[in-house]
Amino acid sequence: MDKDIKRSIILDNYQNPNKKKTSGDDYIKINTRNVSCIDNLDIYLKVKNGIVEDATFEGEACVISISSTNILINLIVGKNKNEAINIIDNYLKMINEEDYDKDLLKELNVFDDTGRQPSRIKCATLSACGIRDFLSKDNH
Amino acid sequence: MNREDFEILRNGIIYFDNGATTLKPKCVRDAIIKYYDEYSANAHRGDYKISSIVDSLYEETREKVKNLIGAKESSEIVFTSGTTNSMNMIVFGFFKNYLKKDDEVLITLSEHAANIIPWFILQKEIGIKVKYIDLDDNYEVSIKNFEKAISDKTRVVSLAHITNVVGDERPIREISKIAHNNNILVVVDAAQSIAHKKIDVQNDDIDFLAFSGHKMYGPTGIGVLYGKFDLLDKMTPINYGGGMNAMFTKDGYVELREIPTRLEGGTPNIEGVLGLNAAISFIEDIGLDVINTYEKKLRNYLINELSKLDFIELYNKNVNSNIVVFNIKGVFAQDTAIYLDKYNICVRAGNHCAKILDSIFKVGNTVRISLSFYNSKEEVDLLINVLKNSENIWKEII
Repeated sequence: MDKDIKRSIILDNYQNPNKKKTSGDDYIKINTRNVSCIDNLDIYLKVKNGIVEDATFEGEACVISISSTNILINLIVGKNKNEAINIIDNYLKMINEEDYDKDLLKELNVFDDTGRQPSRIKCATLSACGIRDFLSKDNH
Repeated sequence: MNREDFEILRNGIIYFDNGATTLKPKCVRDAIIKYYDEYSANAHRGDYKISSIVDSLYEETREKVKNLIGAKESSEIVFTSGTTNSMNMIVFGFFKNYLKKDDEVLITLSEHAANIIPWFILQKEIGIKVKYIDLDDNYEVSIKNFEKAISDKTRVVSLAHITNVVGDERPIREISKIAHNNNILVVVDAAQSIAHKKIDVQNDDIDFLAFSGHKMYGPTGIGVLYGKFDLLDKMTPINYGGGMNAMFTKDGYVELREIPTRLEGGTPNIEGVLGLNAAISFIEDIGLDVINTYEKKLRNYLINELSKLDFIELYNKNVNSNIVVFNIKGVFAQDTAIYLDKYNICVRAGNHCAKILDSIFKVGNTVRISLSFYNSKEEVDLLINVLKNSENIWKEII
């Protein structure tokens, strides 16, 4: 993907994140505070009958963190837990520069060279790891 | 100033993160290498020549620290692994025995974690109460607010000499005078001030003082705990073992050595102590007053230049310090730091280990520039230029 297109997608999801808002009591709230950087996001997940019905997030974080969270959330809403976990696993493989399923990641592919900047890896994987942890343990 | 003493500055970096750690001059590196190449023995252990060299250099360093901070006796100087270690020894080795339930400790919201969390833990353990002195509009501690915070339960006030976020200097001498009139002990965290501003534990009447070697051009892993002799003598050691015992028998009888040795159990960080020795000489050769004057002048220049940029939010403009805290409006601090790093400008982004300050600072994360004497006007100019071009920030960091 062209660098300018990637940048405009990342920036658009940072400056106008459609999923950046708090949600109510029917959502599970997970904090994904990152100890190695200063990103601090709360993720709100609504999982029913094994389906991620909705998700939002709120907090303060860098461009990579906010943008990747917004894109990821848009991608997993409507998927069942296993599908969502599979997307996240492939995303993490991409960031870690391992083989991954490109087709599955859709817009998340804009982060395909983020893994080359060591200081950005945590930012890019913060929410993904938090959501994955929750989904893999959740019984809803 | 003295840039030629720092090998690392040949790499072309602009190092503005001196509040986190300072760069090390060649003389510190050389002192450490000399220890390993020429007299790599243990301290206080052997009856051979190279061991005596180590012994005398080790104790010479204690004497130098004593003179640096104006202590009465070198036995009041304990080597630790750093400020955090010193603070924990003060809180758990001394105050855990000294304080009783409901006694109050005064700190502020702008203290470093090392001067907050140990008190919180002690609060849980023995039921003391941690209270905050209100900060004024410049986030500073005023005598009025200090006096207001004192109650008949206050037994200790524990403050940074200079804070690591805003960089404000506390009026330690006046505070300790009032504190002692009210039977309150004074603990000072000098981590941020030791390399920038003279402190005198006798004139300022400080009961306990803590600082680190690595923030004063010395090695990491070495720090200092100062305590007035009578107080330090009551401190319970955290580490029991070799070096600190006078004798012990098989039936469990243990006799400990005098202070400070009693508080330095185990083989000490000898290379750290010897590196600190070189760092103190280095600072004293330049002169703390000269350093302080230079850094203040450079800071004023930086503030002046930053103030001209309308897209910069400055948070501590009116504070007299070597620290400048700012954000590019609308840009997260970490993104600014990553952008500046593209130009080899090293700054800190974050809450600077003062995680509870955001409740009054109104902003969680900031970019922090903490200056040293090796920073120059040319480096400030370069920073300003890079900031002026920051409309390209996204193009550069994404």
